[in-house]
Formats: sequence, structure tokens, C-alpha cells
Amino acid sequence: MEVNELLIWARGPAFNMALAIFVFGMLLRLFEIISLGRKSDLSAARDSGLSGGLRTIFSRSLPRKTVFAREPLRILNGYILHIGLFVVIFFYRPHIELLGLDLAGLSSSVIDAVTVITILSLFAALLMRLYSPVLQHISTVGDYLAWLITLLPLITGYMAYHHLMLDYTQMLAYHILSVELLLVLAPFTKLTHMFSFVLARWYQGYLAGRRGVES
Amino acid sequence: MSQLKRNNSQISETFVDHLEQHGVSRRGFLKFCSSMAAALALPTGSADVMAEALSAAKRPTVIWLSFQECTGCTESITRSHTPTIENLIFDFISLDYHHTLQVAAGHQAEEARDMAMKDAYGKYLLIVDGSIPTKDGGVYSTIAGRTNLSMLEEAAAGAAAVISVGTCAAYGGLPMAKPNPTGAVAVTDIVKDKPVMNIPGCPPIGLVMTSAIAHFLTFARLPDMDELGRPKAFYGDSIHDRCYRRTFYDQGLFAKAFDDEGARKGWCLYELGCKGPTTHNACATMKWNEGTSFPIESGHPCLGCSEPNFWDAGSFYEALSVPQGRVGETVLKAAAVGVGVGVAAAALNRSNKSAAVEGRETMTVEDLKKES
Ligand code: SF4
Ligand code: SF4
Repeated sequence: MEVNELLIWARGPAFNMALAIFVFGMLLRLFEIISLGRKSDLSAARDSGLSGGLRTIFSRSLPRKTVFAREPLRILNGYILHIGLFVVIFFYRPHIELLGLDLAGLSSSVIDAVTVITILSLFAALLMRLYSPVLQHISTVGDYLAWLITLLPLITGYMAYHHLMLDYTQMLAYHILSVELLLVLAPFTKLTHMFSFVLARWYQGYLAGRRGVES
Repeated sequence: MSQLKRNNSQISETFVDHLEQHGVSRRGFLKFCSSMAAALALPTGSADVMAEALSAAKRPTVIWLSFQECTGCTESITRSHTPTIENLIFDFISLDYHHTLQVAAGHQAEEARDMAMKDAYGKYLLIVDGSIPTKDGGVYSTIAGRTNLSMLEEAAAGAAAVISVGTCAAYGGLPMAKPNPTGAVAVTDIVKDKPVMNIPGCPPIGLVMTSAIAHFLTFARLPDMDELGRPKAFYGDSIHDRCYRRTFYDQGLFAKAFDDEGARKGWCLYELGCKGPTTHNACATMKWNEGTSFPIESGHPCLGCSEPNFWDAGSFYEALSVPQGRVGETVLKAAAVGVGVGVAAAALNRSNKSAAVEGRETMTVEDLKKES
């Protein structure tokens, strides 16, 4: 396929297919989680589970002192990675245009720098995984797959912008295709946490709230 | 254009003789060669080689065939800038057949073509603009009762090289746009055994066409080309990489409407649909109309006219990053199916669970006491 054709396919039919799988898959996974069912709590609620749940969705974004003291590097790297991803996805003008949002956007040089930092942080995460005996023990293929499909869009986007290795058009097509791969696989890997984190935190907060303890 | 139909004695006259007759000095000629060499990004010293080759050159026969096209490419080549260059080009080749520019018409014109092809068999330069319809035996475009397809096959057989001028001849162009009712194809889909150079654009810049022809006349071969058969000298960079609005792109400053403040300030046109980042052409450097300006300079986004399939790449006025197709519909449909299957899966889970609960056997203390 000629590169322009590939780009047209990536921007059109392929994107629509990937998006359909993403939306379908994510909803399915969420239903799956919700329909697991929980034992009903028969004890009288001490406090509202509602406010506890809502609060925890946000409060869990902050590190706990004791936990942070144990693993400062890993937690810091987690922040860098997630904030970096957020910035490059939502603050680069062409992406804003794609998402149809009304955000101001940042200059290319800022996005460029953040991209590099995010890529480095992904590699740092990989190293930590590889060198931690505990993590090594609990890592599965899914973890490495999730890592790879997160890395690919960053690398291809960076290379397209800098005209590295391939012509821009071709690299742009690969960049879009790599995002589509991410969309297709996200519901079936641990990347579901991009949505399910809300449910998980809510549930923890809800339980703690009912018991009247801090979460 | 009365000179277009020439007799054989005129064809053997050299370029410089011809120029002198027309009052063009050697100095003027050298200047022309330098500007050509610069346009083609040739190494220093090439201008002299060019001058030497061109002054000795016999005016070669050029046959220009127009197929499914709009004559925009011819319009453009006649505006090849600086009138002297325009004259030079028309004077130093022997353009023996060209629908629009020749005086002869009807059978006389076809005879002129036949004669030129016979006289210069194996040596002439064939220029084609327009795509070639192939569906239903190619009946959708005919000249003097002959299909474009058969005319091209015949003319290409005796050509030294072929130049496809314009995106239609180079890649199929607008006639090939979905659903391609005439089965239009590019020249390279038909001509496989001759060197073919593509000068795409809708239309291409006049000076690019004339410079590429001059290169062939000077070096008797086609210039270096990219994988899409385009001369690298003109199509090596993307519009975006040479665009004077690039600094605004990098700063994140974009016009969002054709009449907003950003547009007045000359900000980047990406969000108005500019395809400059994926388009290779010389517009941003050579510009149009005697170097006056180019589309982006006059406030309009690049359409990507020199790239294959630009006609099927979605709206001209939507940013390159915006996905094409009915995205909203896709999301709604997928969500509906997702929710449907999700509910079904949840129901299945629940029924499995309650079946398990119901199927539980109650144990008594007696059961536990039993020895197994
Ligand atoms: S106007 Fe087009 S070619 Fe120029 S910088 Fe903006 S996107 Fe690139
Ligand atoms: S600016 Fe773009 S669309 Fe316009 S003529 Fe040049 S390549 Fe074609």
C-alpha cells in the first residue's frame, strides 16, 4: 500500500474499527466488573459511603507518606509517566483538534520535551520491573504488552515530528496505527485502569466510608 | 504558437542559433542556465555544463498528449515565469503535438503527431497530462476516434522517456477519485518499460515542469527521483518544512477561521485543514506566478495536490489529525453493542451465581461426623 493510502486508511476505516472495539471492549469490561456482585453489608452504616467513595476517587491520587517513604522512586516515576501522558495527549494542538476539545494547547517544543521525559519514565518503569525480584515474580506478559503499546505511540509521534528514519507521512501513519493498536488492546489489558480506577477507588472509599474509617 | 509545427530543417537548428535569431544574447542564455541549475539544486559548475549541452543541442521533438485532464497543467506551464524562460522553453524544444497550443487541428494535427513519431522514433520526449480511462475498453476518452489507452501505448513505444505532468497523469488524479467511474489509471500503470518521471501537482508549478524538461535535455537522462518518481530537487521537502508559517505551528498559534484574528496575523493554517505536513512540492520555495506567492501565503491551506490519493483523503478543511468517517455513529453503535453484551454477560453471571447458590447442598453436623 502506498503511504498516502496507508494514511487515509489509518485516519478513516482503521480508526473507526479501533474506536468501535475500544468502546465495546471497555463497556463490556466495566459491566463485567460491576456484575461481579458484592456481598451486601448487613451492618448499620456509621457514615455515608457516598461521600467516602467520591473523596477517595481523588484522594488516592495523592501519595501516602508511609508508602512514599518505602518506594519514593517508583511513585515519583508513576507521577511523571501519568502526567506526561496526560500532557502529550491533551495539550498538543493536533490532538486537541482530533478530540474536538476547546483547550489552549502548548507549544511544540514543550510537548517535545514532555514526550522525551515520558519515554524515559517508561523505560525507568521497565528497569524497575526487571530489577525488582518482587515485581518480576508477579509480572505477566500482559504487563509487558501494556508497556509496549503505551510506548509505541510516544516513539512514533516523536520520530514523525523529527523526521527520524522514515518520511513524515509514513511515520504519521504508523503513529496513528500504533494508537489504534492501543485502543484495540486497552480493554483487554491492565490498561483498563484508565477507567476502572474510578470504580476501584470508589469501592474502597465506599466501604471505608460506611465503616466510618479514613480511606 | 505558429512555430510549433516545424519542418525538418528547423528541427536540426541548434538552440543557440535559434536564440540568436530571436535576439537573446549569450549572456542572457547563461543567466537562464544558472537559474535552471539553481532551481534543480545542481552542484556549482553545472550551469556551464548545461549551457554547453543546451547550446549544442538539436531541438528535440516533444510530443505532448492530453488525456482525461482539465488543461490546468498547460495553463500553468504557459506561466512559467520570466517571459524569456517561457520563450526559451517553447523555442528550444520542438513541440510537435499539443492539443491546446498547436495551430493544426483535426486530421492535420494527428498527421503531425504520426510524422514526428516516425521521424524521431526512439528519441522523442513524451509528455502526458491527464489520466487514462481503462474501463470498457477505454471508451471514456478518445481523440480522433482513438482511445487514450491505445494512443499512449503507441506513443510510449517510440519515446526515449516519458514525463507525466500533473497529478492525474502521475497518480490518477481527480478522475480516479472514488468510485473512479472510468477506471482511470496513471501513466506508470500502462508504461512499464520506459523511464517515467512524475511532475505532480494540480497543476504543477510551471517552472518546475520547464526545469525538469531542461534537465532531460542537458543530461539526456531524467533527474534523481524519489520513490514516487518525482524529481527530488523539487519534491524533496514537504510544504510544512519550508513554510514561512511554521514558526506559528511550533508556537501553537493557529488560525481557527478564515477571518479571525489568527488568520489576519498570518498564523498557521493546520486547523483549517492544511495538508502541508504530508505534501511534497516546491510551492513554499519557488512559489507561483513569477514568484509572487503561494496558496498558504494568500491564506488558504494546502490541499496536498501533489500527493497520490489527495482527492480521497477527506475534507480539505479538516485538520490532518481529525479522523475521517462517521466517528460519532461508530461510538454510538459500539456503545450500544457493548452495553447489550455487557448486560447479557452480567445476567449470565448472576444466573450462574444463583444457580450455584440454589445447588448448594446443606451440611449437617451429622455429615461432618461421617467417616469418608
Ligand atoms: S500553514 Fe500548513 S504548511 Fe504552513 S506551517 Fe501551518 S500546517 Fe505547516
Ligand atoms: S500549496 Fe499544496 S495544494 Fe497548493 S499548489 Fe502547493 S502543493 Fe498543491
